[in-house]
Amino acid sequence: MIDFFDSPSNRELVLSQLGEHIYLALLPLLLGVLVALPLGRLAQQVRWSRGVLQGGANILYTIPSLALFVLIPGLLGTPLLSSINVIIALTLYTAALLVRPVRDALDSVPANVVAAATAMGYRPGRRWLTVELPLAVPVLAAAVRVASVSNISLVSVGALVGIGGLGRLFTDGFQRDYPEQIVIGIALTLLLALVVDLLLVALWRVSTPWARAGVSRA
Amino acid sequence: MIGELITWLTDPAHWTGPSGILAQTLLHLYYCVFSVVVASAVAVPLGVYIGHTGRGAVFVVGISNAMRALPTLGLVTLLVLWFGLGTGPALAGLVILAIPAILSGTYAGIRNAPADAVDAAKGMGMTSAQRLWQVELPTALPLVFGGVRSAMLQVVATAAVAAYVGLGGLGRILLDGLKISDYAQMASAAIVIAVLAVLLDLVLAGATRLLVPRGLVLAARRGGKD
Repeated sequence: MIDFFDSPSNRELVLSQLGEHIYLALLPLLLGVLVALPLGRLAQQVRWSRGVLQGGANILYTIPSLALFVLIPGLLGTPLLSSINVIIALTLYTAALLVRPVRDALDSVPANVVAAATAMGYRPGRRWLTVELPLAVPVLAAAVRVASVSNISLVSVGALVGIGGLGRLFTDGFQRDYPEQIVIGIALTLLLALVVDLLLVALWRVSTPWARAGVSRA
Repeated sequence: MIGELITWLTDPAHWTGPSGILAQTLLHLYYCVFSVVVASAVAVPLGVYIGHTGRGAVFVVGISNAMRALPTLGLVTLLVLWFGLGTGPALAGLVILAIPAILSGTYAGIRNAPADAVDAAKGMGMTSAQRLWQVELPTALPLVFGGVRSAMLQVVATAAVAAYVGLGGLGRILLDGLKISDYAQMASAAIVIAVLAVLLDLVLAGATRLLVPRGLVLAARRGGKD
C-alpha cells in the first residue's frame, strides 16, 4: 500500500480528489445551514408551516443520492456532468436534516432570556442573531455533525455521474483492478469525516464560551 | 427535457421484458428485502442481547458512528474486487451496510425501555427473559422499526449504486442510460428509484403503526408527545 504513494501521478490524483471532496462536502454543509436557519425559524413561528416543512424534508431525505444527482439537471437545466448538481443535492439533504433540529434548538432557548433581551430593547432581527441563535448552538451542533458525516460519505456517489472527489479512487481503482487504491479512498474518507467532526466540535466550543464558564443557564 | 422523459416513461417497450422497468424494479425490491431481512436476523438478536445485558454498548455506538461515514461505493467496489464479480459480494455489501442502523435502533430501543416499567416487572417477580419478552421488546418496537426504516432507505440507495459493479435492478437502467448519454432513460430510472424509496418507507411506517402495541401508542398520546 505504501508503494501506491511512490508514484507521483497517484499522489497527485489522491491530493486533487481529496481537495475536490472537501469542497464538495463542506460548501453544501455551509449552504444547507444557511437555508435551514430561516426555514427552521419559520417552522418554529408559523404553526401550519411545520407539517409542510417537516413532511417535505422527510420525503427529500428519502430520495437516494444517485437519483437526486440525476434528477437535478433535468429540473434546473444544469449540465449533467457538472459538480453544481452534487452541491445542490447535498445542500438540500443538509437543509432537510437540519430543519427540525433548528426548530428544536430555537425552542430550547429559555423564554425568560428572550423576554429579557426584548426588554433591553433588542429588535427581533438582532435578538434572533445575537441572543437566540448563539444559545441554540449546542442543540444544533449535534445535527450539523451528522450532516457533515453524511455529506462526506455521499460525495463519492457523484463519481458514478462523473463528478470528482474521493469516489474517483473507487471507480478508477475498480477499473484498474487495484483494491489498494479503494482502501486508501475509504481510509481517507473516514479520516476526513473524523477531522471535520473534530473541527466542528472545536468550533462549537469556541462559539459557546459560556458553556465552559461554569455558569448555570437553568 | 420533461417531454422526452414522459415519452420514455410511457413507452410500453421500456416497461416489459427482462431488462424493462418492471423486471428491474422487482429485482431491486428483492435485493432490498433480502438484505434487510438478513441484516435484521443478525442485528436484532445482537442488539437485544447488548441492550438487555449492557455488554458491548461502546462497540455498538462506535460501529454505528463509524459506518455512517463509510462510503458505500468504496465498500461495494472493494468487496467485488476481493471476492469476484457476481451478485453475492454486492449483496454482502448491502447486508453489511444495513446492519448498523438496525443494531443501534434495537439497542437504543431496549436501553430506553421505561425504567419504572422494568422495575415494576422485576417487583412482580418476572424473570429476566419474561421482562425482555413482555416489557422491553414491546416498548422497543418503535425504535427497532426506526432502525429498519433507515436501513431500508440506505439499501435502496446502495443497490442503485451497486449497479456499477454489475448488480441488476434500477441502477442498471440508470447507468446504462449514462453510458449512451440518454438522459430520458437515466432520469426515468432515477424517478422510479425515488418513488420506490418513498413507497418502501411508507410501507414500513404503516407496518410500525400496525405492530406497535396499542397501549404504547395511547401512553405516548397521553404523555403529550407528538
